This record gives sequence, C-alpha cells and structure tokens, in this order.
Amino acid sequence: MTPMVRKKSSRKTKAPKSRKAVKKARPARKAQRKISRKVKSAGKAKRKTIKKIMLKPTALKKAKKPSRKIKAEARKPTVIRKISFPERFISEKAVSGVVKRFEVRYLQVLDKDGRCDEKLMPRVSSQDIKSFFELMLTSRVFDDKALALQRQGRIGTYASIRGQEASQIGSAFAMQDQDWMFPSFREAGAYITRKTPMHLVLQYWSGDERGGIMPKGINNFTPSIPVGTHALHAVGFAWGARLRKDRIVCVAYIGDGATSEGDTLEAMNFAGVFRVPVVFLLQNNQWAISVPRAKQTAAETLAQKAIAFGFEGIQVDGNDVFAVYRAAREAMDKARAGGGPTLIECVTYRMGDHTTADDAKRYRDARELEYWVQRDPIDRLRKYMQKKGLWSQEYENKVAEEAGRKVEEAVKTMESQPPPNIEDFFKYTYAEMNQNLKDQLAELMEALKEQQERKE
Amino acid sequence: MPNLTIVQAVNYALMQEMARDANVIVLGEDVARNGGVFRATEGLWEKFGDGRVIDTPLAESGIVGVSIGLAAYGFRPVAEIQFDGFTYPAFDQLISHATRIRTRSRGRFSCPLVVRAPYGGGIHAPEHHSEAPEAFYTHMPGVKVVIPSTPYDTKGLLVSAIRDPDPVIFFEPKKIYRAFKQEVPEEDYAIPLGKASVAREGVDVSIFTWGSMVRTCLEAAEKIKDRVSVEVVDMRTLSPLDTDAINASVKKTGRVVIVHEAPKSSGVGAEIAALIDRKDLLYLEAPVVRVTGFDTVFPLAKLEKYYMPDASRITKGIEKVMDF
Ligand SMILES: Cc1ncc(C[n+]2csc(CCOP(=O)(O)OP(=O)(O)O)c2C)c(N)n1
Ligand SMILES: [Mg+2]
Repeated sequence: MTPMVRKKSSRKTKAPKSRKAVKKARPARKAQRKISRKVKSAGKAKRKTIKKIMLKPTALKKAKKPSRKIKAEARKPTVIRKISFPERFISEKAVSGVVKRFEVRYLQVLDKDGRCDEKLMPRVSSQDIKSFFELMLTSRVFDDKALALQRQGRIGTYASIRGQEASQIGSAFAMQDQDWMFPSFREAGAYITRKTPMHLVLQYWSGDERGGIMPKGINNFTPSIPVGTHALHAVGFAWGARLRKDRIVCVAYIGDGATSEGDTLEAMNFAGVFRVPVVFLLQNNQWAISVPRAKQTAAETLAQKAIAFGFEGIQVDGNDVFAVYRAAREAMDKARAGGGPTLIECVTYRMGDHTTADDAKRYRDARELEYWVQRDPIDRLRKYMQKKGLWSQEYENKVAEEAGRKVEEAVKTMESQPPPNIEDFFKYTYAEMNQNLKDQLAELMEALKEQQERKE
Repeated sequence: MPNLTIVQAVNYALMQEMARDANVIVLGEDVARNGGVFRATEGLWEKFGDGRVIDTPLAESGIVGVSIGLAAYGFRPVAEIQFDGFTYPAFDQLISHATRIRTRSRGRFSCPLVVRAPYGGGIHAPEHHSEAPEAFYTHMPGVKVVIPSTPYDTKGLLVSAIRDPDPVIFFEPKKIYRAFKQEVPEEDYAIPLGKASVAREGVDVSIFTWGSMVRTCLEAAEKIKDRVSVEVVDMRTLSPLDTDAINASVKKTGRVVIVHEAPKSSGVGAEIAALIDRKDLLYLEAPVVRVTGFDTVFPLAKLEKYYMPDASRITKGIEKVMDF
C-alpha cells in the first residue's frame, strides 16, 4: 500500500498491527527492556558512547542563531569524530543489547482543512504567505498551460508538477539567491520561485537546449534527466563552497524513485562524511512512473535513509507549504552554519500522469487521486488565508489573471525565438571546436546547402 | 500469421519464450503492471504473474547486477533497461561481471542474461533518450550485441538471445518500433546471432547498416536506383560481426558505404572498415565512406534531424564512392 492510507499513529516506529501481535510483542519487549537495563549498567564508558552516537534532532528546534560550537566546527577542517577504539566496539564482558535506536520525526503545520498549529508555524510575514499563494497558483497556471502546449504539439514531453506545488515553492522559497538548486526534471514550481524566466522552462521542454541557459544570478544547475545521478553534483558543489568558506547551500531535488539509485545513496554518504552544506529535498510523490513508493524500498520512511549516513532525515507533509518551508529553512540554516546535510522527505502526490507520454490510469486507482485532491496544497493554504483575512475571491482572481498574463507572455517569448543554430550542437562539445568537429560540421553544412540547391 | 510491429514482435517473442521455459523471467522498471513504457512487456504480468514479471526498484546497476545472480542460479533473466541512455548506470555490472564470469570461473559459471533496451534517436525525446551506444558494448569482450530492424527478425533474434548461453545486449530501434508491420510466424523459429541479412540486393555499392538506419538506407537506395544499384546489408548482430556477409558483398560491389546513427569516431563502422581493409582491400574500387551521427552529444528535438543521417546524406555518400 502507499502511505496514503497510513494513520498518523503508524508513523511511530513499528506499532504492532493487531491485538494478537501486541500480545506476542509483549514478552519480547520485556526482554528488550531487560537488555537495555543491562546495557545501561554495562559501565559508564559504554553508556557515553551510546549517547554520543544518538542522533540529536536539531532541525526542528526554533531557528536560532548558530551556536558558537557549530560556528567553530564550521571553521575547522573536516575531521571525523574521534572514536575511542576499542571500547566502542568491543566489550570485555559478554553483553547483548541495543547499540542504536532512531526516530524519524514528522512535521505538519497546516492540515488538509487549513487548520494551523500556530506553535509550529515558521516565522513568516503576511506578505510571505501571500507570496506562497501567488507562486503556487502561478505554478499551477503554468503547469496547465504547459500540458496544453504539449497536446497542441507546441512543446515536447513535459513532466507536470500538479500536487507538488507546496513542496517546490516552500523549499525554493527557503533558498537564498546565492544558494544553488540542483534540479531533476519535474521542478517547474521551484524554477518559478527562483525567479527563472518562465519561457526558458518551456523552451527547454520544446526540445531547445537554449532553455537551459540560465541568466547570470539565477543559480540553477542544469536539469538532470538520469534519475538520481545529480545529487552527487550538488554534494561536490556544496563541498567546494565549504572548502572555500563560501556560505552557500545546495539543494538537490530528488524523487522517491531516485532513492533507489546507488548514486543518490553515495551522495548522501559523501555529504555525511564531509559534513557538506547540502539539503536533499526529496519529493515523495508516491510514484516512480508506475512503481508505487512501497515497491521502491522496504523501509517505512524515506527520511530514515539519512540516519544510515549519519545525519538527520525528517518527514514533512509535502502538501503543507508552511511545514516544507520551515523544515527547509532550518535545514539550510543548519547547513550554512556548518551543521552538515539534511534529508527532507516531502510526502506529496503526483496528481497528473508521469509525463505527457504516460497514462496513469493504466496502473493506479482513481480513488487514490480523489484522496489527494482533498489534500490539495493550494486549497488548504487558501482556507487558511481566508480565516486570516488574507484572501478574497477578488484577490485570487487578480492573482490568477496576472499569472495567466505572465504565462502567455512566456509562451510568446518562447515561440518568437529564432530556430537554434545548427552549429550549436557542435560548438559546446569542448571549450574549443577541434579539427575533427570542424570538418564534420563543414560536411553537414555542405550537405544541407546541396539539398537546398537541389530543391530550388 | 499475425501481422506485427517491432515492439509487438518483442512482446510475442517474450510471451512464447516465457511459456516455453519457466526459467525465463522479465524484470525492469515499469515492466509489470504498466507493461513497459513502450508496452513491450504488455500482458506478460497478467499471464505469468508477479513471480516472473517483476517491477524492480529504480536502479539499473541493481537490475543488471541481480540478473547476473539470477542467471548464475539457473534463470534466464530478460532485463529491460527503460532507455538506451540508462544502460550507463549498469555499465559496471556488465563490463566488470556479466561479461567475465565465464572467463573468471573457467566455464564453471555463466551468465545467460539478456539486457533489452529501446535504442536510438528520431522520436523527439528528452536528453538521454536517443542514444546509440552500441560501440561501448561491442568493445566489451564477452557480450553479444544485437540490433534488429524488422518485426520478423526481432522475434527470431530475441529468441536466440534468450537461448544464448552468454550475455546479450538487445537494442530495439525505437524510432521504428511502430513504423510498419510484417507477418511474423507463430511457430518457434530462431535467427542465429552473428548473421547479417541482405535487405536489398544490388551490384554497384554495398551499404552496411543496422537499426532504424536500415530503412533510411533502403529509402536512399530507392531514390538513386536509376543511377546506382545499391545493396543494403542489415548487420543485425554487431558483436560478433558477420565477416562472411561483409566479404561476400564487397567482392560483389567493390564499393562500400557504412551508415550508423552513432557518433563516427571509434564507431562500429570503423571496425567494419578495418575488416574490409584486412580481407577485401584488393576488391575495393574506392575508399570506404562512413555516413554517421556526429562526434557530439545527441541534440534535443529542434536539432535532431541534423544529427541523424537521412536519405540525402546517404545518397551523397553513395555518390562519393561512385564518383571516386
Ligand atoms: C537512470 C534513469 N533510469 C530511468 C529513467 C526513466 N525515468 C524517468 S523518471 C522515472 C521515475 C522517477 O521517479 P521519481 O524519482 O520518484 O521522480 P518523479 O518522476 O516521481 O518526480 C523513470 C524511471 C531515468 N530518467 N533515468
Ligand atoms: Mg516519484
């Protein structure tokens, strides 16, 4: 089953499922308690080491100024924590017990009906909240338009973000201009939030590499189509920044499917070992084309993968823009202050087909979509804003109108580009075109010329 | 006799081989319930169930790596890699293990594994979905490389690939997956690996080609037929190459054009030219000409047509060897 039907309580580690299971589990638990008592009494040294390796959940605490300790850490070159070998691994007495427990925390600020837990609310102004709404609505208008353009043959394959707006806008909004985004292929909302000219996104999907030319100051790395491969680049980039003491953070956007690729896990491992200022922004949209999340990994959460690599993983309601923003902001503050990487699993849903080349009806139940439509990220923010007096129909109409106008303008700009130069696909193979490429290009141009002449 | 497209012929071969041999299993991304993104495995899961048609986690190295283990255990895994450009994450498992286990164990273990992947450009796809990586694999000792170009050949060659005792990479030209239909016999037949076929007979020039380029070459041959009689040889298997077929055709025509969509440098065309140089030099009336993709990254849709060899570039190549 996908996590959609999971009750909140089952998020706690391993809640026994049936009564029978509870009964069965009881003696086992008793034994476990006994064991842990035993471990506790197994000498001070041992206890200390256990505590040391316990993961401290830091990201959720109020975003406060980085402590002096962290600052000092940031200045220090990377050192692996000193371990007192051999006590840590070898006990003189015969002992059996638990060496490590972990927890994965979940954050939701705004529920599906727009009710807000004010205690958990991140520090955002009314203007920020309006920006969230405007960006999310604009992204949706853009997305609908892109799908329509594809149907009309005006652009090529496109990967819709419908349903994932909160995950993308909340996380990209938490980034600063000097930070870098390492996108995969389904990031239109993050691009828009990062002030990327929209026509570029369309141009890219129309099969034109010039759509990938980011204007100076827009720190988006190239899109990466091979799933899961680019998290490593984000880690390397961020590591470089750390070595130079530049206070930037890199955000690698990955999907649930991407967590199965070795490269993604290698990226997390490197990030942990070198305490790299990177955030893995994982949009668990429940599907990797036709493969449901449950078939991707036997692990209960994707967030817990981080724990294996020695840093924090947190799960957030990915359709709650406040939760995403808060987790992202805290992870970025931590990274900037030298506190290392964080994995944020945004639990969201891909409401559309995988891409315009896919038909999700072949493999998923319409009721599942219905369930998630009830949890639409834009609807719940609207409800919240309405309660706070930040929303009116008139306001929304204006926002939608403005978004429509911007998107139409982007389409116009995209479609008024002259065709790309043929030599472009030769020219950027190396810094300089070598003789072989020059010859090949000349050969092509001559062939095209002859063709033209024959036609005339 | 059913009239099938190439992708339907893939499906047909898998269906029949799975029914024939319980050791044949299909695994890959989206191959089960979804029937594969090109529908090559459609209906297999319904027929053979979860145990034999398996949606895997998204990990190509994983898919090929576990297939090696399954093959070593006695299964006949047919692994689907979703696109040509995503065979690269599995490269290490292929070059470091699949192709060497027989040698390393001196024949004690083997790896009868098939890796299928849609191949080549021409469908206006995003990046990495239009690659022609055959030369990487023909350069790998220990693996066979097959690229069919007709529905009839597709079935016969895939059957042979599945029954082959060694690893086989089976590239399916996606541009012509559904371009045309052909009668494909229901009965069991196998086309031996390593054997080319003559797609069109001619006496003036030999074209050696494979994949979707076979059709483009036939188109060029047709266009120029009043002036030049062109023989089109569909190589079908690129490793091992059918040297006899190459010799026979060169002896007949004395002029050679090699056409492939992969980049020119170190491409399979260079290997064919070297073979001709070694065996048929004295029959040649003109230097061998290659019409190929360029030594660049495969461009996105807007420039794609300039990359892929088309009938007019091929005709130009033919004229070049004729006018020498
Ligand atoms: C290495 C690689 N293998 C396969 C594919 C084909 N493919 C494209 S997207 C996708 C699923 C990705 O799932 P996920 O990571 O969850 O991202 P989502 O599509 O849900 O945004 C697959 C299998 C690919 N692009 N790259
Ligand atoms: Mg996904």
